[in-house]
Amino acid sequence: MTHRRKLAAALVFLAGFYCLVLFAGFFAPYDFAAQSRETPVAPPTALHFVDAQGKFHARPFIYSAQDANQQATPSDANTQRPYPIHFFVRGSRYKIAGLFTSNVHLFGVDDPGQILLIGSDAYGRDQFSRFLYGGQISMLAGLIAALFSVSLGIIVGGIAGYYGGWIDEILMRGSELFLALPWLYLLFAVRAALPLRISQWQVFLLLATIMGLIGWARPARLIRGVVLSAKQRNFVTAARGFGASDAYLLRKHVLPQTYGVLLTQMTLLIPQYVLAEVTLTFLGLGVGEPMPSWGALLSSLQQYSVLSSYWWMFLPALLLIPLFLVFYTAADALQELHKSVPL
Amino acid sequence: MRYFARRLAHAVLLLLGISVFSFALLQLAPGDFFSSLQLNPQISSRTVEALRSQYGLDKPLPVRYGSWLHSVLKGDLGTSFAYNSPVAPLLALRARNTLLLTGTATLLAWLLAIPLGIWSAAHRGEWGDRVGGVMTSTLLIVPELVLFLALLLLAVRTGWFPTGGMISAEFNDLNFWSKVKDLANHLLLPSLGLALATLPPLVRHIRSAMIEVLDSPFIRAARAHGIAEGRVLLRYALPVAANPLISLFGFSIATMLSAGLLVEVILSWPGIGPLLVDAILAKDTYIVVGTVMLSSVFLVAGNFFADMLLFAADPRIRME
Repeated sequence: MTHRRKLAAALVFLAGFYCLVLFAGFFAPYDFAAQSRETPVAPPTALHFVDAQGKFHARPFIYSAQDANQQATPSDANTQRPYPIHFFVRGSRYKIAGLFTSNVHLFGVDDPGQILLIGSDAYGRDQFSRFLYGGQISMLAGLIAALFSVSLGIIVGGIAGYYGGWIDEILMRGSELFLALPWLYLLFAVRAALPLRISQWQVFLLLATIMGLIGWARPARLIRGVVLSAKQRNFVTAARGFGASDAYLLRKHVLPQTYGVLLTQMTLLIPQYVLAEVTLTFLGLGVGEPMPSWGALLSSLQQYSVLSSYWWMFLPALLLIPLFLVFYTAADALQELHKSVPL
Repeated sequence: MRYFARRLAHAVLLLLGISVFSFALLQLAPGDFFSSLQLNPQISSRTVEALRSQYGLDKPLPVRYGSWLHSVLKGDLGTSFAYNSPVAPLLALRARNTLLLTGTATLLAWLLAIPLGIWSAAHRGEWGDRVGGVMTSTLLIVPELVLFLALLLLAVRTGWFPTGGMISAEFNDLNFWSKVKDLANHLLLPSLGLALATLPPLVRHIRSAMIEVLDSPFIRAARAHGIAEGRVLLRYALPVAANPLISLFGFSIATMLSAGLLVEVILSWPGIGPLLVDAILAKDTYIVVGTVMLSSVFLVAGNFFADMLLFAADPRIRME
């Protein structure tokens, strides 16, 4: 029961996170490309509840980094103008999933104030907004690649396990080849095969597809194992005795038994592919500007000067950790559940 | 002996397969190293064509693969366009550095993992084991990229460690022991990062393998005879639990290689990782193929080594 509860909690969190990322336009106060050149690499904006006179405000407010820049004594809060935080404010226009257009943002402050929850980058772009938008790229890449891997795995593993014989032999030798490949190196080699200058969406889709195609071997082998034992069960033999066709048997009786393995594999593969995308983009081989992806957010950390002077540029990296924790929790719980549930 | 021969033949076939695959993939790609030259109005298209034919890029794919295989047998591994020299010497230097790093990290990881795993198996369920479990899980979920960046952050902000490279600028003027010390100093952070990245699965597997053995009747019998707990753990339980761990060693090399690529790039260790990234950006095909092949050789050799260890450790395999 506890595994079930753990799984449910993880799934709720994941659903929430996907919503956050999908509706990035609404949750992010700014557009991912909106620059503010006067305040490059601004530190995170502090939220205040108590003003300079010592009065408490229920509505939090901020002092803007831009005001601080213009004033002679930036630390003197008396002369600074407070910007209260408003909810459901109108701001830049955005699209959700390419369908709905809106300009309402969950929170924001009046111009020219700027609310930068985790600071801004070298062009003064809000890192928090970029993190949310970047999630669209990175999470979608993970999802697409994992779907590809698992579907290829189901096809190859299903055929190999169900038909056996020389087909099985060939497919499994092929999977050994793919398992033996150092996959990150292979991914790099495949990236090298792509032209360097094609449209960002093409790069993105190609990368996601390729990551998925390379990773088919493990799910295929697992599914083959399940199919092997599944096809020998009595009810499958009985159905075959009644004259059921191969396609019917696979669809109705054999493949449904692999769903547990599939689900576990999905939750294991998605974070792996998200990381692969992040790594490639980090190294400058993935999706490029102006599209924000998590790898692009982290890539500025390769410069020592950024690491040594602007600690908040590290915050997006830390934000990734809870996400991966949830993915691993879900995979763990799924694995335990399938151990206890008889297949 | 037949076991080895079969394994070796398998490994060679595997490497051939990988080479065909990566070669074909790279050759099918649009554009090559000389494509960017075509954009330059100073260079006539005749010159570009001449360069292509000089490097054999105008020939069909099977011919190029044949000549590449030939150069592999000669020990050249093809020619790098960017360096205009055979790939093998370029790779050899980088491979030595990568081997030094991954070798140290592997040693470090196992030296840490074995005592930790045994200790937490022996103290199963006690608070020390729980703390260890939480720590390995934490390490497991922190992405390698983030871990390495955090190490870089540590090095940059504290100044305790050199922030990159393999040797200091004045390396050549140092005497032998100072050289060793300088190298060790540079090696410490990347190998520690790599060891930490590969540690969690090792500790977990060692722990569960040991627990499985410790539950078996012969251990209870040994304990009933009053044999000291340390001896029970190390002399009785560990050799029995060693089998899956040796296979694990083979698997851990793959993780080590891909994590090594990252650590080399982030902490600027002059291994094959940075070479590969640069070669991809320059479309230096034979360096990319060479690097992929080299990492596959490492992987296959590691697995072969693990098989041999297993052969030495487990009489059941020898009987087959």
